[in-house]
Amino acid sequence: MLLTESDLQAIWLTLRLATVVTAILLVVGTPVAWWLARSRSWFKGPIGAVVALPLVLPPSVLGFYLLLAMGPNGPVGWLTQTLEVGNLPFTFWGLVLASVFYSFPFMVQPLQSAFETVGDRPLEAAATLGASRLDTFFSVVVPLSLRGFMTASILTFAHTVGEFGVVLMIGGNIPGATRVASVQIYDHVEALEYASAHRMAAIMLIFSFLVLLALYAWRSEEGKKY
Amino acid sequence: MKRVLLLLLFLMVPVCPALAADLHLAVAANFTGPMEQLKPVFEKATGHKLIIAYGTVGKFYAQIKNGAPFELLISSDEATPKKLENDGLAVAESRFTYAIGKLMLWSTKPGLVDGKGEVLKRGEFKYLAIANPKLAVYGAAAVDVMKKLGVYEQLQAKLVFGENITQTYQFTATGNAELGFVALSQIYKNGVYADGSYWQVPFNLYPRIKQDVVLLTRGRDNPAGKALLTFLQSPGTKQIIRSYGYDI
Repeated sequence: MLLTESDLQAIWLTLRLATVVTAILLVVGTPVAWWLARSRSWFKGPIGAVVALPLVLPPSVLGFYLLLAMGPNGPVGWLTQTLEVGNLPFTFWGLVLASVFYSFPFMVQPLQSAFETVGDRPLEAAATLGASRLDTFFSVVVPLSLRGFMTASILTFAHTVGEFGVVLMIGGNIPGATRVASVQIYDHVEALEYASAHRMAAIMLIFSFLVLLALYAWRSEEGKKY
Repeated sequence: MKRVLLLLLFLMVPVCPALAADLHLAVAANFTGPMEQLKPVFEKATGHKLIIAYGTVGKFYAQIKNGAPFELLISSDEATPKKLENDGLAVAESRFTYAIGKLMLWSTKPGLVDGKGEVLKRGEFKYLAIANPKLAVYGAAAVDVMKKLGVYEQLQAKLVFGENITQTYQFTATGNAELGFVALSQIYKNGVYADGSYWQVPFNLYPRIKQDVVLLTRGRDNPAGKALLTFLQSPGTKQIIRSYGYDI
């Protein structure tokens, strides 16, 4: 066997994390991106800037502040304690929350530009045909923005898989709960177990390459329809 | 102070005739505090200049193996300098222990950690932070302590792992882990301990945490390298290192 059990466990956890984060961000990021694309409010500039902020801080520093915020003395920690879900650091859901925050721009920005390219005309046409706004969104905007949704999801998923500094800080490297593949590879490297590191990195790269290749192929097929 | 002055005099004599040189060195991140204090003292005394990179030793090892321009390594363990020596990347016989780390069980909560470490047996906490035992000597030492106390099995589900001793400290200092095995140097400065409660783990419960320094092959002919090795062994330097909670 090329990979040890703990390697496989880390890869499985990573896939689960990236899937959950992508799903959540599709739900949370879409309205935000839509609002950013359509709004003329003066508020749009500041919000757009805030969305991009996770890109600016070094991940481990961002992770440190998330650790403070989610900790027993932080505002998020206060909230989760009040809701009686306990503290989030060192748990899978803590990782999910941190990753949602960290990957937010990767979902919102491609969606925003996809929505912007849709333009006013299809929306006006739908309105004259009496479609509700929600109906318009799902029947007109979503099909027209399908490539944007693909790009945003791919970027979010890949970014979460490759995430390192944040998860290391929030996760505490617990096998099965927070030890994701990137951390596992890093552990191999730091422990000078280069052969294990190479194997795992190679398998991750090949796997990701194949998945991305398939998605991009599908995306360009899909793009030809419109 | 007198000692420092004597040391300065002592260092001036052999070094002054040589040209002042730049020395590129890699320093384990957990030694940042004392190193920043020692740097100006050394530079003033010798006229040499230190160009320091701080980081984890595993990274330094990979970098040095791949041609990083470091001339001296101040490590947080003894294994890595030994390994570099075996690889022919360090000058044989130049290695020595410049500091010995002390392991502490610490909590920001007053009264949680008792003076005997009984808190580990009671296990009334959710998370115990330790440094990754695979990567950091402090982590390996913490595991030894728990095994010797016979609590390792029962505590395993409560362990969270810092990438290094710094992150372990952060987990504990932010209260996310109620207690953690940290280095004395992180919670002690000039005789004053950080807030909270702590237990200084007795030396018979874990192997000595030796931190070694080694001259790298690239620095073989740099006069500043030899001067720094001498400087690290001087009484004044040792006193500063001790004031940060290390033994030597």
